[in-house]
Amino acid sequence: MAMALDFSALAPYGGEVAAGVATTISLTAVATLVGITAASVLAWLKLNGPAGVRWGIQAYVELVRNTPFIVQLFFIFFGLPALGVSLEAWVAALIAMTMNLTAYATEIVRAGIESIGKGQLEAARVLGLSRRQTYRHVVLVPALRKIYPALTNQCIIVMLGSAVISQISVEELTWAANFIASRNFRNFEAYILATLIYLALSIGMRQLFRLAGWHFLGGRQGRPSS
Amino acid sequence: MSLVRVDALHKSFGHLEVLKGIDLKVSAGEVVSIIGRSGSGKSTFLRCLNQLEQHDSGRIEINGQVLDANSMAPALLSENVGMVFQNFNLFPHKTVGENVMLAPMIVRGEREREASRLARRMLERVGLADRFDAWPEQLSGGQQQRVAIARALAMSPKVLLCDEITSALDPELVGDVLKVLEQLARDGMTLILVTHEMSFARDVGSRVVFMHQGRIHEQGDSREVLSQPRTPELQQFLSAVR
Repeated sequence: MAMALDFSALAPYGGEVAAGVATTISLTAVATLVGITAASVLAWLKLNGPAGVRWGIQAYVELVRNTPFIVQLFFIFFGLPALGVSLEAWVAALIAMTMNLTAYATEIVRAGIESIGKGQLEAARVLGLSRRQTYRHVVLVPALRKIYPALTNQCIIVMLGSAVISQISVEELTWAANFIASRNFRNFEAYILATLIYLALSIGMRQLFRLAGWHFLGGRQGRPSS
Repeated sequence: MSLVRVDALHKSFGHLEVLKGIDLKVSAGEVVSIIGRSGSGKSTFLRCLNQLEQHDSGRIEINGQVLDANSMAPALLSENVGMVFQNFNLFPHKTVGENVMLAPMIVRGEREREASRLARRMLERVGLADRFDAWPEQLSGGQQQRVAIARALAMSPKVLLCDEITSALDPELVGDVLKVLEQLARDGMTLILVTHEMSFARDVGSRVVFMHQGRIHEQGDSREVLSQPRTPELQQFLSAVR
């Protein structure tokens, strides 16, 4: 039996889709900004902090990297109330996404830091910069530049992975697609629409990262290869 | 009084004893060339002078301050000792001007305008005032090394250490860097260089220190030492490099 596609059946749900996209974008934006910032600090501490701190960061990174995202999400949303911590669904989702990204990004940024030659550190040191000043002014930007493509990918993975937060009833894009399908049974159209929107978001995000890299990691130096 | 005073300096890496008791005094304005085979300890000695390597025993005093990396903030050290490296080590994400401005702003807390004025003056000294806004990768090796010298000078160190600073350069670019050093020497800067440029050591240097197997084997007035070496080891070394 041939199936007739009828996208006009989606039209009444434009509001839900738009709200869903807005939620996906906002959660991703906050998780990305907080995640990259936190990872830049944690990566440094993981290399330079006291032993206890290094061990703690390592444990956190391994815990996140070796468990499924959805389990992390359920733990925060369904598990924590047992400890008396009840969170709204979107807050739990934001925490899960941020913690997830931070863990992966910490490893990525650490690799970038370790790729910076000893000569750069010595040059900074003989000029009188402290270790923290050296990291902030000499190491961080070239390190981020080196691992920028990997970091971009990781942030996009988190955006796409946010589809599962519909499971705790956060009304993001996938939730909106589920909602439409459950109302009018137009599963095919609803998920084609969601697919196209995710694709557009990924492409848009990659462009945005390129512009941001160009701006923050230096003009003609912003090329990922240099 | 000596500007730099080193007594009984010892340094080992694991079981390998690299410096076996170095004594050296350098007065303000002297240009001291350290020569010797690779592995003789000359670079390690230079790196001890600004505590990139910590010595195991002995004493280093520069400008009246005893060096001890454990108790000394790098900022304090940089007031006395500047260093230029073989591989320039400019910061690739900063322009030439920003490279020179960084330490005065971060370490000394200068405002951007003062630091920029200072940077322009320093770049002028090395003949690169017009490259203020260039990126390091746009410069030749010789130009990069001159920027590195300007960057070190911006912290107005009492002594400038140069670790084989012309060794990574194409031959035709060596001259420009040496000319800058020569001018610094004339301006009264105290220089301690590890170098293979014998003619520079002879013509500009005031003293030559020959290191051999972790010790100062022979030293003296640069012309004398280089034209009439006393020890067979130095004679052998000089005939090998000429």
